[in-house]
Order: sequence, then structure tokens, then C-alpha cells
Amino acid sequence: MKLINAKGVYYKQLNEMIRAEIRSGTKEIKVTNVVGQRYIGGGLEDGDVKIHIEGVPGEDLAAFMDGPTLNVRNNAQDGVGNTMNSGKIIVHGMAGDVIGYGMRGGKIYIRDDVGYRVGIHMKGYLDKVPVMVIGGRAGDFFGEYMAGGIVVLLGATTNNSKPIVGDYCAAGMHGGTIYIREEVEDRFLGKEVKKFSLEKKDEKLLTPILNEFLSDLDISLDIFDFSRYIKLIPVSSRPYGRMYVY
Amino acid sequence: MYYEEPGARESLGLRTPKHEDLFHSHPEYKVERDDAKCIRCLCCVRQCPYETTFYDPMRNVVYDVHSNCVNCKRCEVMCPTQAIEIKKWGCGFRENHHWKFRDYGAAYKQSDTGAVVLTGLGNDNPYMSYFDRMVLDASQVTNPSIDPLREPMELRTYIGRKMENLEDFGKESFQEYPNILAEVPIAFAPMSFGAISLNFQKGMAAAAQELGTFFNTGEGGLHEDLLPYKDNAIVQVASGRFGVSKRYLMNSAACEIKIGQGAKPGIGGHLPGEKVTAEISKTRMIPEGSDAISPAPQHDIYSIEDLRLLIYAIKEATEYTRPVSVKIAAVHNVAAIASGIVRAGADIIVVDGFRGGTGAAPKIIRDHVGIPLEVALAAVDERLRREKIRHMASIIATGGIRSSADVVKAIALGADVVYIGTAAMLSAGCTLCQQCHRGKCAWGITTNRPDLLARLPVEMAKERAINLVKGWSREVKEMLGLMGLNSIESLRGNRLKLRGVGLTKLELETLGIRQAGV
Ligand code: SF4
Ligand code: SF4
Ligand code: SF4
Repeated sequence: MKLINAKGVYYKQLNEMIRAEIRSGTKEIKVTNVVGQRYIGGGLEDGDVKIHIEGVPGEDLAAFMDGPTLNVRNNAQDGVGNTMNSGKIIVHGMAGDVIGYGMRGGKIYIRDDVGYRVGIHMKGYLDKVPVMVIGGRAGDFFGEYMAGGIVVLLGATTNNSKPIVGDYCAAGMHGGTIYIREEVEDRFLGKEVKKFSLEKKDEKLLTPILNEFLSDLDISLDIFDFSRYIKLIPVSSRPYGRMYVY
Repeated sequence: MYYEEPGARESLGLRTPKHEDLFHSHPEYKVERDDAKCIRCLCCVRQCPYETTFYDPMRNVVYDVHSNCVNCKRCEVMCPTQAIEIKKWGCGFRENHHWKFRDYGAAYKQSDTGAVVLTGLGNDNPYMSYFDRMVLDASQVTNPSIDPLREPMELRTYIGRKMENLEDFGKESFQEYPNILAEVPIAFAPMSFGAISLNFQKGMAAAAQELGTFFNTGEGGLHEDLLPYKDNAIVQVASGRFGVSKRYLMNSAACEIKIGQGAKPGIGGHLPGEKVTAEISKTRMIPEGSDAISPAPQHDIYSIEDLRLLIYAIKEATEYTRPVSVKIAAVHNVAAIASGIVRAGADIIVVDGFRGGTGAAPKIIRDHVGIPLEVALAAVDERLRREKIRHMASIIATGGIRSSADVVKAIALGADVVYIGTAAMLSAGCTLCQQCHRGKCAWGITTNRPDLLARLPVEMAKERAINLVKGWSREVKEMLGLMGLNSIESLRGNRLKLRGVGLTKLELETLGIRQAGV
């Protein structure tokens, strides 16, 4: 494992250092003293690369990433996994707004809460099914315009009195599935989705995902009571089909 | 039996008009067929994509449901005996300068459906054209003109951020920014596969390669067939992020963030599920048949700082090898917005005027939102110069460029390069029928129906686009020569070469040009 000390290094140089390591064949890198440097992992493509990040990485962590695994030993900021194609991001803490925007594949595991507009525009395509699991709670516009993939919101790691999701959850959603480990009142939901209880096939789908989430984050949570979960799926893949005349 | 008895019309094979047919009984166009010339070849029946023309074998007549005709001219052109003439229907309503067909026609449709009226192409309202109120200078006696046929004339230009200081050249502090070279100051406008046919897109891509210029993928991804042309591709990133990946960003000459579109500023795009065919699904990387929704805001961009974040996310992902462009619609505060965009790190800024085309937009928005390209362009160039940041970004002007004269005027107003969209479609046979949103383009341009698509072979689209740009380039050279200039770059922002005719003082000031005769 190669060590990179990010102390006092501007993001541009830091990312250049990381890319140079990868070009020279390094598969595992540990970046220490990270304080808000942006775009770490941005556009990296090697599926065997693992990057351990100590400290708080800056915005757009792993934007356009296609392969590597990022392990963040702290909180993350906005834009984690922006338009990511494949790979894995593990965040041992909270993350900010717009996590997984337009994500088409790969996995994002966040231990605690996330901000607004998380999982928006997520897409699934052929064998690509993006997966995001959030251990805590989420803000408004969760899963907005979601077009594919799987998002799981557990509300298990943060003991908070606020609702598990904010307003306009799944507004404009037209593909994919959202699982929430708590009943959500209809007033929080976009009119494009319907609420269901879980079936056997959902449990079969979720069990390995949740196990991986727990083992990657190295925590144990009592989250396997599937009767507590709800599932949101869109009523139509064409939510706005009848709005226009020629 | 009297004609008006119940059932009588039906028994005679006639339709009983209903009140709701009001609109449909007032067609816009009439398909007039000279029966003496018609040889019943039925070509027109097969060619019309809009269910206008039918054949009745019992009576051996070709007849038309005139209200369906959109005047796309396909049948007129294809009829082997020139028996068809499309005419305006009747005298229209009683003359009325306030209520035009565009108003009452839409109101009828909406009364039928309660829906938003969609349309294609660009704003066709009779707003004044500033292009038409500007004339070009020519050299006489004191400053000799140049003969482009016998003297070198340079149309090439570099697109991207330029260096800070010429003196720094070669020094360590000198920073080089990626630039892309256009051999002609004309590139093809963003048009996405889905909105346009793959054949047309391939044609433009191949034409761009041969001409040494660029085509723009639009926001619908890069089809694998276009990979041979990737060095001439400007790839777009819009709010839906269709087909966007690291590889996509690298399969390009430049990357473009789409914020707005001149035809529909402030609103998003929406490719309806029925148009998401297998090929389009592959290119956009979304399942077949699902809606492709790209809302107006990119939900990670709420400020100039957020825009900077995305610009640099792209620069990082491409390791600073691609210029990053930001495309906005021309709106009221365009100059201030442009300044922010340049400061956010954009290497190219695209200003799309309100005449710009679209594959589909609500008609009310296409016709009433945004400002003319000419004033927006002048304002942006002026502002960037005043703030001494003009060198930090190239300006691409688009939205309503109709001829080489418009190209020259746009460059004199401050553009580096222009994008042509509608003009490129014209080269492929577009008849400006404004039905692009229906996906049935009779000329194979804005459709993906295999039978219609086949009407536009790639080679033909390519050759004709090349010819158009070559023709325009020759004219641009002539115009440069007569102004005494020998390179397109010395025309850029050279507003002394323009004069206004019939403009107010304020308009002249806004355009930064002088009155003719002064
Ligand atoms: S194409 Fe011309 S000749 Fe042929 S059926 Fe139509 S009108 Fe008659
Ligand atoms: S082909 Fe076009 S012009 Fe001819 S009838 Fe059909 S819609 Fe009208
Ligand atoms: S592209 Fe086709 S549908 Fe659109 S205006 Fe031109 S001819 Fe009509």
C-alpha cells in the first residue's frame, strides 16, 4: 500500500499524485490528512484500485468514476459518486447533498445521514444496477427523477426524531426501487410512486446487499426485520405521457 | 331520402361533422391534385407520414384528409408527374391582425385535450431580426480589398482558453490550455440522437471530420457508430446525464455542459418513452421504452460555484485535456451570467439565441421566451472584454444562423465560431415544417422510424452538409476579402465592420455598432 500525505496539497496536485501512482501500477493507496480536497477518485477507471481516505474528502468524490473502491474513514461532502459508472464508495460517516447523481452502476454505502436530493437521476441499464445504502436519514427530494437502480434507506444509525425522509421523496421517479425501513406518510411522497410491502424476492435481493453494507462498514445493526420496510416503485415509466398535444 | 335525414349522410358515405370537428374542418393546407396528371402510382400515398393521402381502389381515386397535411412537401417533390400542389387552405378566418392561426389553432387543440401544445424547430414569430438590420463594410480606395481566390485567406480558428500573457510564452509560468482547431468557423449544433436520426447525426459527424470542424452530440450520448469521428465530437453533459461516463468524456474533442437551450430557456428536455428505441436505449444507457427526462436545472448546480464544481469535475476526469464548454440560452441578464461562467472556468461559452431550434418544445415557450442572439452576443462579448476576461473563453454563437452573412455578422459581433442546426437540417432536405417533435419527419432527419430514416442515406447527408459549409466558407472568404481582412480572427469582435440600418440609438448602442453613413 502506497501512502500519500494530503496535508497542504491542493486538489489538483493531489489527484495528479493519485493518478501517477495508479499509472505506475499501484493498486492500493492510502491518502491521509485529507481536508476537503475535491474530485478524489474522479474519472479513475481501474477496477482493482483501492483508495483509503483519512479525513474529509471534498465535493464530487468519485465523479465519473468507473471501477475503483474508495473507503472514506470520515464524513464526505456533496456530490459523492456524481455520474459514476461502476466501483464502490464506502463512507464511515455522513455525506452531503446530491449523492449518486445520475449514477449508472456501482455501490455507495453511507453509514449515517445524507442531505438533500440524494439518489436523483439514478439509472439502471442492462446488467448495470446501481446500489446505494444509507444507514441514517435523508433530506428532501430523495430519489427524485430516479430512473433505475436500488436505494435503501435504513434510518438505523442515527437516532433522530426527524422523519426518515424529507418532502418530495421519489418525485418524478420513473424507474428503479427505493426501500425504506420505516413507514413513510403519503404526504412526503411524489405522486409518481406507489408504496408496497416487501415480498420474498425483495428480501432475497436485499439480504446480501445489507450484509455487504454491514461488513464493509464493519458495524452490526438490527436491520433484517423486513416487515418494517416499505418499497416505493413508480406507477408508470411514463409519468408525463399525456401532458402534450401535437 | 333527404340529405339531412338521420343516417342519410352515413348511408351516402359522408361524415357527419360534429361540433368538436370545428378545428379540423379548418385545415391549414390543401393538397391539390391535378387528376388529369395523376397516373395513380400511389407514391404520394406511401410517402406521406402524416396520414393525409389515401387511395380508394373501388373508385380508383386518390384523396386527402387535408386537415392532416403539414406542408412538408414530400409528396409534392416525389410525385413523378408533378400533379400535386400544396396550397394554403381557403381564405382562412375573417382577417384579423390580432388573432392569428398560431393562436386560435392552438386554442382549438387545447380545448380538445387540455394539454400543452408542442412544436419543433425554432421561434417563427415575426420578431424583428437584427441580422437583417446590419450591413457590412467594404474597402474602397484607401484600404484595398483582398481577392480570396488568389491570395491566402485563413478561416481556421482555435477554440478554447487563450494564454494570459504573450510574454510568458515558453517560460515556466506559462500555462497552456487545451484548444481545439476548427478549419472553418462553422460547427454543427448540438442535436441528440433521439431527436434526430442516426443517419443525420452520422452525416454531420462525417462532414465535420472532412471539413476539420466539429459536431455536437447533444445530450443523448455518443452512439458507437460515431466513434470513428470522436476527435470531431463535442460531447454534451446535461441534467439527465444520458450516456455520460468517463469514456464518453474522453471520446471527444471537447465537453459541453448544457444549461439552457435558446428554443426553450429555463425548461428541460423530455424524450418520450415511445421514442426510446433499442439503439437510443444503448446510446443513452437507459432501458428501452422508458422516458428520458432531463429537467431544466441540473440539480447539482444552483450557483456559479456549483457550476465551477461540475466544470472542474469534468476537467479532472479528463485530466485537463479537453476544453470545457458551457451552453446557455440568451436571456435578459446573459452578459452577467456569461461573466460568471467564464470565471467559473469554462473555456468555451455557447450563447443560443431565441431563434434556435429544438426537437420538441412547448410552442408557447419557443415563441415567447428568450432574447435575440445578436444582442445577447454583443452584450456578452462587450462584458467579457470590459472585464478583461474575453481571452479566457471562446464564444460560440448559435440560434438562427441562416447564411454566411449571418456567420460574418455574428463573428463581427464577437463570436469565435457559430453552430448551425436548422441550416444543417436544411442541407439534408428539411422543409421547415416544424413537425420534428412528432418523430415522423418526412425527410428522415428528425425521426427514427426505419422506413423514414432510410430516406436520408448517410452519404447524402454528409455530402450535402459538406457542400453547404463549403459554400458558406467561400462566401465568408469573399466577405473577408472585400473588407480587406485575410483571416477570420481579425474579424472577431470587429464591430467597425458593421453598420446599423433602421435601428434606434439604444439598439445601436446595445449592439455596439454605428449607424450607417456615420
Ligand atoms: S404521386 Fe402523383 S401521380 Fe402518383 S398517385 Fe400521387 S398524385 Fe398521382
Ligand atoms: S406528404 Fe407532407 S405535404 Fe404531402 S400530404 Fe403529406 S403532410 Fe402534406
Ligand atoms: S426536420 Fe423534418 S420534421 Fe423537422 S422541420 Fe425539418 S422537415 Fe419538418
